[in-house]
Amino acid sequence: MSSHAAAAHEVAPGDPPHIHHMDSATAYGAAKLGMWLFLATEILLFAVMFCSFAIMRYYHLDAFHKASHNLNLYAGAFNTAVLLFSSYTAAVAVTKAQRGDNRGVVVNFGISILCGFIFLLVKGYEYSEKAHHGMFPFVWNESFGDYKNFLGIYYCMTGLHALHVIIGMVVMYIYGVRPALKNRYSGRYYTPVELSALYWHLVDLIWIYLFPLLYLVG
Amino acid sequence: MAHAHSHDHSHGHDDGHVVPEATFLKILIALLVLTVITVLAAKVDMGKWNIVGAMVIASIKASLVILVFMHGKYENRILWTYILIPFILLAILIGGVFTDDPFRSHPKPVEVQKLKAT
Repeated sequence: MSSHAAAAHEVAPGDPPHIHHMDSATAYGAAKLGMWLFLATEILLFAVMFCSFAIMRYYHLDAFHKASHNLNLYAGAFNTAVLLFSSYTAAVAVTKAQRGDNRGVVVNFGISILCGFIFLLVKGYEYSEKAHHGMFPFVWNESFGDYKNFLGIYYCMTGLHALHVIIGMVVMYIYGVRPALKNRYSGRYYTPVELSALYWHLVDLIWIYLFPLLYLVG
Repeated sequence: MAHAHSHDHSHGHDDGHVVPEATFLKILIALLVLTVITVLAAKVDMGKWNIVGAMVIASIKASLVILVFMHGKYENRILWTYILIPFILLAILIGGVFTDDPFRSHPKPVEVQKLKAT
């Protein structure tokens, strides 16, 4: 009998979860609003770093130019393309979920997660290039020379961004790929897919500004 | 009839908009083209205008991502308030810093170093 009662509480694949005091349309709207509020705090977190970048650049313009040209432009441009493509597949995953195509969600989020790995590998290669010249993050030493101001902020911003890449990959797996493998989503319920895609787009959005600031204009 | 229709969609009138994959592909191509333009524009020395140009292109790219990839085009006014508030705050932050600091009388750290050297 108890197993029967438990079954009554289980949500059939494709159906929205039971949320008390809320119909599913309200729950969907509220979830999206909450996600955007969270994204606003994320943008403000990076806003402070962008502002400190602007101040440091204003004070050390020449050193920033020189240091910026020492970054690997090809690696940066390649990573930009990788993130833009992964953002595209994340957007497609939402459309697939809305059409009830759970396989499409798995494939497209899978590609996005793979792109996240490629991004981190390239970023790791760039860090190792710098480390090769004795410029380790958070370890202050003489080899930084004129680049210390630029590299300090470079490591902070790209490091925090890389952390967001990792979180985004985990989120897309837990709320996208794993439930989709169980055919959880349908045109009636796909909120977690849309919210995790929003998070991944934010990661892309930050990089859209980081790439020209760090690699191109310095 | 309209009543029956509203019951077919459990999301009601706030239902998410389904954007076709082809639209996303067009935006992706536009974003990649804009990236190539930013890289090429950075090769030309335009002095102060380099960073202005780069930021304008980045903002066009960001708008495309927010409007299409993030479904911003189809969102209501309340959600748009949430989207815009951080950008307004960022503008106030950067605007505030740069209308204050450059007009102070203290020399830049670089100039202090030069003074010490002489």
